Amino acid sequence: MDIFLQQVVNGLTLGSVYAIVALGYTMVYGIIQLINFAHGEVVMIGAMVAFSVITVLAGTAMPPLLVVLTGVACAVPVCMLVGYGMERLAYRPLRRAPRLAPLITAIGVSIILQHLALLVWSRNVMAFPQIIRAETYTVGGAAITNVQVAIVLLCVAIMGGLAFLVYRTRLGTAMRATAQNPQVAGLMGVDVNRVIAATFVIGAGLAAVAGVMVGTYYGIAQYTMGSILGLKAFAAAVLGGIGNIPGAMLGGVLLGVVEALGAGYIGDVTDMCRYSWLAGLVEERCRADGHFILFGSNYQDVFAFVVLILVLVLRPSGLLGERVGDRA
Amino acid sequence: MRRISLIVVAAGAAVALAGCSKESPDIKIGHAAPLTGGIAHLGKDNENGARLAIEQANEAKLKIGGKEVKFTLLAEDDQADPKVGTTVAQKMVDAKVAGVVGHLNSGVTIPASALYKDAGIPMITGSATNPKLTEQGFKGIFRVVARDDQQGPSVANYLASQNKPKLVAVIDDATAYGEGLANEVEKTLKAAGVDVLPREKGTDKTTDWKAVLTKLKGRTPDAIFYGGMDATGGPLIKQARELDVKAVFAFGDGACTDKMSELAGAAAEGLLCSQAGIPPQAATKAFLEAYKKRFNADPILYAPFTYDAANLIIEAMKQADSTEPAKYLPVLEKRVHNGASGRIEFDAKGDRKDAEITIFTMKGGKVEPLAVVKGGTTQSFADFMKAAGG
Amino acid sequence: MHPLFDTKNSPRLVWAGVAVVALTLLVLPFALAQIGTTWVRITNYAILYVLLALGLNIVVGFAGLLDLGYIAFYAVGAYTYALLASPHFGLHLPFWAILPIGALVAAFFGVLLGAPTLKLRGDYLAIVTLGFGEIVRIFLNNLSRPVNLTNGPQGVTGIDPFSLGDFSFARSETFLGLTFSGPIKYYYLLLAVMVGILALNVRLQDSRIGRAWEAVREDETAARAMGINTTHMKLLAFAMGATFGGVAGGMFSAIQGFISPESFILVESILVVSMVVLGGMGNIWGVVLGAVLLSFVPEILRWTVEPMQRALFGHMLVEPEVIRMLIFGFALVLIMLYRPAGLLPSAVRKRELARDDDAA
Repeated sequence: MDIFLQQVVNGLTLGSVYAIVALGYTMVYGIIQLINFAHGEVVMIGAMVAFSVITVLAGTAMPPLLVVLTGVACAVPVCMLVGYGMERLAYRPLRRAPRLAPLITAIGVSIILQHLALLVWSRNVMAFPQIIRAETYTVGGAAITNVQVAIVLLCVAIMGGLAFLVYRTRLGTAMRATAQNPQVAGLMGVDVNRVIAATFVIGAGLAAVAGVMVGTYYGIAQYTMGSILGLKAFAAAVLGGIGNIPGAMLGGVLLGVVEALGAGYIGDVTDMCRYSWLAGLVEERCRADGHFILFGSNYQDVFAFVVLILVLVLRPSGLLGERVGDRA
Repeated sequence: MRRISLIVVAAGAAVALAGCSKESPDIKIGHAAPLTGGIAHLGKDNENGARLAIEQANEAKLKIGGKEVKFTLLAEDDQADPKVGTTVAQKMVDAKVAGVVGHLNSGVTIPASALYKDAGIPMITGSATNPKLTEQGFKGIFRVVARDDQQGPSVANYLASQNKPKLVAVIDDATAYGEGLANEVEKTLKAAGVDVLPREKGTDKTTDWKAVLTKLKGRTPDAIFYGGMDATGGPLIKQARELDVKAVFAFGDGACTDKMSELAGAAAEGLLCSQAGIPPQAATKAFLEAYKKRFNADPILYAPFTYDAANLIIEAMKQADSTEPAKYLPVLEKRVHNGASGRIEFDAKGDRKDAEITIFTMKGGKVEPLAVVKGGTTQSFADFMKAAGG
Repeated sequence: MHPLFDTKNSPRLVWAGVAVVALTLLVLPFALAQIGTTWVRITNYAILYVLLALGLNIVVGFAGLLDLGYIAFYAVGAYTYALLASPHFGLHLPFWAILPIGALVAAFFGVLLGAPTLKLRGDYLAIVTLGFGEIVRIFLNNLSRPVNLTNGPQGVTGIDPFSLGDFSFARSETFLGLTFSGPIKYYYLLLAVMVGILALNVRLQDSRIGRAWEAVREDETAARAMGINTTHMKLLAFAMGATFGGVAGGMFSAIQGFISPESFILVESILVVSMVVLGGMGNIWGVVLGAVLLSFVPEILRWTVEPMQRALFGHMLVEPEVIRMLIFGFALVLIMLYRPAGLLPSAVRKRELARDDDAA
């Protein structure tokens, strides 16, 4: 039982990270129906900037928490700038182009950001200075570190803040209006360009926070870290219903838990030797090795893609999303 | 399309011809390793080893076939990519090199070796450890470093005899290197009567190992072996300690670096790991001093081996009194060489007889040699150095 | 249609042009071999990319379905060949028997991917195909246990080269005083396949099927109203594209003699997409141009940027590999911003994009 609980805890932490990154995808998609393929790279830039700042400050007498917060404070504006630049230069001119055009641009932007980061920070794996001591608590037989608790709490707080922004502020109202119908919103006095730029900037700021979180939690950063994280977060956003803020959260956490439980149990579940009616087929192997596992933890990365494909094929609107018309 | 492709070809031709005209009629020895990319520093280290040997041979003003010969090193970048590797190999064959030192990675060396074999050019690698390279049965393909199926068993035997685990978990990163090494370790452990859990896997980009580690925690293994690189091995051991997994950790040469302690902090202390060959600091003094003097740096990893590889080719040419591959290859096959990395003699497959493997441990943030395994016997590192010095 | 191939107005000029191109292509490997067989090899890889780009062009350019996992079909073809003609299973079937099998298997995978995803909108489809490509690679990498099907990350070695009876494409032979090295023989084989596939593509584009694809791409609802079975047409595009990918994969396997899942990563898919987008989606000659340009870029950089930097700075500041990737990235962005129809736009695309601007 404690093993199961531990897997759920693992999944929740991983899922919280996915959720914050997924928020960025979902906000942009909700407003202009663009898959911002380069969002994962913004997360990477955030982690890299924080790495540089934290490395410089780690040697000083500053308290560790303050060092990390300074890292965040530097990463957020840099990422916001990247987000703004991206929107202004690469996406805005294409707002009325066929749908595939901005997607291809986004792939280009993603390649460019990755390799610029390579030039600045090199190809090596960066080791974050180990300044925050991981304290481990045991709850019901599961080990939880202080960093994990902080990540989950931060994630909930960010989602709350974002929901407040979207549903209770003028900017949020403008965002929702733009999402409904940009032309009409424009006629009603909403500066559509500004609202869209603001969405990108906020998404990029969240990406920066996510980057620092990932960096300090795992202790590493590398120029390639954004792509796989971005893809999984995108899968999470789609799972929850893309364009839907609580959906991104739910999708992220669900995907995280599915991955953890999947990696933890798929090997046992697909071990043919455990089923008497199947074991006969591979009797010799069962006797020699004691197991005949069809799918092991090596398929961990497949889960996200399978979830993505299943959701898109069976329920394209996701768990919480509304049915969007097929505007091809 | 036609016009542009012609321009492209013409431009290529012009550049290529410009490249050719510079070459003198010297004896060319090729060296190939990644000079760009993630392990460029190791590639450069390999190249330096070969370069040093060639420069020393030129200083000695060797006479072969009655004439004084001058060697030049044709150093190429294979980007650690098999496709680029075969292109580079073809380039070496085109340039009619007399012998090749390299490549660095097994995945690149294996496809490239077919081209050298077809052209009859001897190739000696100083760092490709995958058994398959010499198991292809190609004539003229050698290696001066231990194979994965020697390294894996060595670290497994050391683990089995020193830590006496009853149950071991084996993880790999699903790359050719990681999986190959993990397979050898698993085989040896099973042969030694140790129980091994079903294989767990990540990828070479995995950062979150908690699901796999939690599963393993439920099985309480006494030791965990990981076949993979330090970039993934560091987070692995760090997260294991966070989950309070108490098992001993053992790694192969990909995660046998000081970077492990940077990535995992105190969690890395006490890990066991192995490297093919002897650690660079155990190479001959003459080599270490010459290297330091020439490159103003210490050798990183395989430089003593590429140095020996280049010297082997040169010595064989001297003994055969010919720089023709066909003439000196039979000599090379049989030659016994006392090099910077010790005594080298090839077996029938082209592997080094009794190649050494060193076992390290992490102590105070640095990997330190513990013992040297040679020909199945284990010797403490202090004893090994004493014997080598005496 | 491209003016160069305007057979109606100036037939003599066209045939002269074709003769010049044909002669150039026939003599090319010997000219290149003078510089070094390396260049023949590089050209062979370039032709492989042309084949891939032509295949992807059917899906992306003709039918308008963005496929970001195209390399999966290349992988399927390559592995089919490798497993049926290598010591791995001890099977050594002749290549003319395997290539069709590889093409069929790849086509099957094309339908497998296409069938469930037909209803998806363009950008969703792109992401699903990307996921599909990754899943195929992960499976190839892990199907070494419990039963060893693909040999996992170790890859398959010792793959048979193409041979017809005693005539092997890997061996060097002298004929009429000319030395036909392995790469040169493969060059002619690849060239023949490329010409065949090009001809097929040109015919396809102007056929009923080609026009149906165009209709589906322009407006699916309208196409359906016109009586086009859009489901069949899309599946056909996927299957055809996959088939060409599979054939290219099989040839890659035989030429390289060694394959592993590492050769079929996402970057390769994106590379082929870049070729199609750069050259001009939907324009056969544009796509060929894109593939030739982008596959020679790394080699040209290797011969120019590297020595230049070493001469200027004494060491390498920016690696050619990084420059290459930056060129891909900027090409994708700039082409979409300033020349969305590519270097050689297809006539229809030009019209379509112009109309989009007017509507805005």
